[in-house]
Amino acid sequence: MTMDVHQLQAKLREHQSAMFQQGFLDDQFSQLQKLQDESTPDFVLEVVTMFFDDSENLLKNMARCLEQVPADFKQIDAYAHQYKGSSASVGAARVKSVCATFRPFCETKNLDGCMRCLQQLQQEYSLLKNSLQYLFRLQKDIKASGGSFS
Amino acid sequence: MDTDGIVSFDHISPEDSHEVHVLAVDDSLVDRKVIERLLKISACKVTAVDSGIRALQFLGLGEQRRTSESDGFVPSLKVDLIITDYCMPEMTGYELLKKIKESSMFREIPVVIMSSENILPRIDRCLEEGAEDFIVKPVKLSDVKRLKGYMTTREVKVGSHDRGSGVEINNKRKLEEEEETSDMSSSPPSISTLSSSPFLSSPSSSPTSSPTVLASPIRRLKTSTID
Repeated sequence: MTMDVHQLQAKLREHQSAMFQQGFLDDQFSQLQKLQDESTPDFVLEVVTMFFDDSENLLKNMARCLEQVPADFKQIDAYAHQYKGSSASVGAARVKSVCATFRPFCETKNLDGCMRCLQQLQQEYSLLKNSLQYLFRLQKDIKASGGSFS
Repeated sequence: MDTDGIVSFDHISPEDSHEVHVLAVDDSLVDRKVIERLLKISACKVTAVDSGIRALQFLGLGEQRRTSESDGFVPSLKVDLIITDYCMPEMTGYELLKKIKESSMFREIPVVIMSSENILPRIDRCLEEGAEDFIVKPVKLSDVKRLKGYMTTREVKVGSHDRGSGVEINNKRKLEEEEETSDMSSSPPSISTLSSSPFLSSPSSSPTSSPTVLASPIRRLKTSTID
């Protein structure tokens, strides 16, 4: 059953609203949406795609640091800081807050603590990625049906 | 145009020379893309580079002197504002700021520092070194709109005692930040520490010297509540 554009738009509003409500996204994401217009119709998608690539690199690098013997806590802290920055820039609120939890564990060189943080981070990233990909999919379908979204 | 894609440079045509040209410096690709869009949507021309070294090279201050083809780009238009991230590998935004303020050719260019960390000693240090403003990331459209005021009102600001003129630093978000809020309760820095700065005693002070620092709304905000 194909959905008509109104149903899609309703779904999009609902999904986006849920993402904000559940804290996946914060106001900065809305800020990015405001920067999108006819001249840059894919701005948000482009930024988020860059963010996904950046995320995957950082997560990989952090995992590598933790596998080293001894673990490179200074480097992990640096990566977490970097990731915190980019997640803040796109409005990825939950990812950002997990990044913030690394510091005390890095400072105390707590390997278990860092590993748990990383696991949580990977989880949050994964959830966010899936949610955003669904959001972009809805937007794409709406556009394809000749509709528009704010 | 730089081939490895870490620099983006608008083609600037002569009739656009009245538009404000901003040099944005940030090692984060995501942040560069966002700041670039924020600036463009605010009718600025943007050159975005990924490091302090590249920024200096662009200005012609780097070790690689600007030869005809060497870096592939030539600043055909003067830079009206430099906005730089603080935390960058190799050269921090603070170090870049210092180099710019030490240069007789470029010290007049307002420099704005961006940082994800709201650390007052860091902010103070940057302002004392001559930074025009300090923006806590993530950068919003309202932050950029405020920056435009530095370039249009710069001449007006020199000697102006109206502290509110276009330089209102909206640091509501600074106060909302959970981290470092304990720093906000410390007493405001005494003005006497500023006057001992060699920077301020320079006879040929740039427009970004003492009137700006002392009138800095950041200091004003530290002692007042924010709307």
